[in-house]
Amino acid sequence: MSADPAIEVHDLRKRYGEFEAVRGIDIEVQRGEVFGLLGPNGAGKTTTVEILEGYRQRSDGEVAVLGHDPAVRSRELRQRIGIVLQSGGIYGHITPREALRHWASFYPRPRDVGEVLALVGLTDKADVRSRKLSGGQLRRLDFALALVGDPELIFLDEPTTGFDPEARRTAWETIRSLRDLGKTILLTTHYLDEAQALADRVAIVKDGRVLAIGPPRELGVGASHYRVMYRNAQGQLVEHETDDPTRLLHELTESAIARGERLEELSVGRPSLEDVYLELTADV
Amino acid sequence: MSDTLALSWRQYRLERRMFWRNPSAAFFNFLLPLLFLAFFGALFHGEQSKLDHLVPGIAAMSVMSTTFTALAYNIVFLRERGVLKRIHGTPLPTISYFGGVAANAVTNTALQIMIITVVGELFFGTGWPRDWAELVVFVIAGVVCFASLGVAFAHVIPNFESTAAYVNAVFLPVIFISGVFYDVKNVPVFLRDIAEALPLTHLIDGLEGAMVTGKGLSDNLTALAVIGLWGAFGLVFAVRGFSWEQGRE
Repeated sequence: MSADPAIEVHDLRKRYGEFEAVRGIDIEVQRGEVFGLLGPNGAGKTTTVEILEGYRQRSDGEVAVLGHDPAVRSRELRQRIGIVLQSGGIYGHITPREALRHWASFYPRPRDVGEVLALVGLTDKADVRSRKLSGGQLRRLDFALALVGDPELIFLDEPTTGFDPEARRTAWETIRSLRDLGKTILLTTHYLDEAQALADRVAIVKDGRVLAIGPPRELGVGASHYRVMYRNAQGQLVEHETDDPTRLLHELTESAIARGERLEELSVGRPSLEDVYLELTADV
Repeated sequence: MSDTLALSWRQYRLERRMFWRNPSAAFFNFLLPLLFLAFFGALFHGEQSKLDHLVPGIAAMSVMSTTFTALAYNIVFLRERGVLKRIHGTPLPTISYFGGVAANAVTNTALQIMIITVVGELFFGTGWPRDWAELVVFVIAGVVCFASLGVAFAHVIPNFESTAAYVNAVFLPVIFISGVFYDVKNVPVFLRDIAEALPLTHLIDGLEGAMVTGKGLSDNLTALAVIGLWGAFGLVFAVRGFSWEQGRE
């Protein structure tokens, strides 16, 4: 397999009439990577993903998905990708097994249907008509249909929205197992913990722009400030934000010692992804 | 190419299976025209000339209901449900998908025409078709015409809840004006002029020639041309405006 990135996006733009939903996005997703597009609703995540999936035409910019321009909608590219839509339906009278058999026939080297059913945990419901399945079971069928063609690259658009915590964890396990199989995954989510739990790298998107990009851990570190907190002699909680915690701590402790005080409950915190996210996506 | 055909065949088999699993659609497709046939057949009892018009009229109507109506319903439903969008994201060639869908509609039409032909012979004294080749030609022309008009019409329907209203707003006036139940030669001139412009009137003429009067294909070329013209119009709009997903906003 070549070392070319799975996805390359340069200065991607999408206009709907006057409104510009995507305003110059640059991302590069490496093979085998789980990449998260994180942002609030309306940030342009779905528009971006649907351009990469070939559903929408871009207004401007360069895009390559597995070396193909997705706008051409070549069959070869579609044989190599799997798509989990935010809301994709299925025939009401079809069973998961039938649907998977049918979908498998579209691909040159499909996975075994029974194996895919087991992977997503639908073996028990394999012969039940889809209209009788619960929301969570239908979502697992969405995963199964995206996986049955054994794609190299999988798009997951808000894969766990509306899930209960248990179902989310199951979905996360499935996504992790896909990564372990060496699949490249592009995931959109507006859940921070999801991005943190699954993504190797995250792009925080708002108003059609990338605000920050990097591994979830480093995104926190790379942000502008540390938070230093303690309780003063009057018992009040004092909070400082700084780029240079070493110097600040030195000053604080020096003056406290000089006054013969203790800095009760002293703590130095690195901003979490959540802090970064909230700060970046706050409406000013 | 063989792959495309094989996938059409698979899609066709899936469509057949889904069709029979949805009893209300099956009812609409098969029983409604037969109920109309039974009702008007009883009404026209003993008037052979009216029965001779009714049987091909109902046959033409069922061409329209198994293609135009069924496809408009199906496409709006699958589009709203997001099934079309999902299919569009797979490597299934568009031509294979529509090949399967169209073959499914054709099967329903063929079954329906067979049933009506048998019922006409057994109960309404219309006899067996005089010209089988002509019957096949007109059924095929009718299917192509009304199937493409149905797909084109699906673009206009905003959501599934309003499908019945939209479809019936076209289907009911057309079957009455085109003279499914009676001969349009006896209606006021302005209605007859409208009828002459509609494809269903000409499909009835063609089927009447093939099934009852024996008026041959060469005498019905104008009818075939009108159906063809509507079909071409339908095809252009079916392809041009086709949307795989529900519009947003």
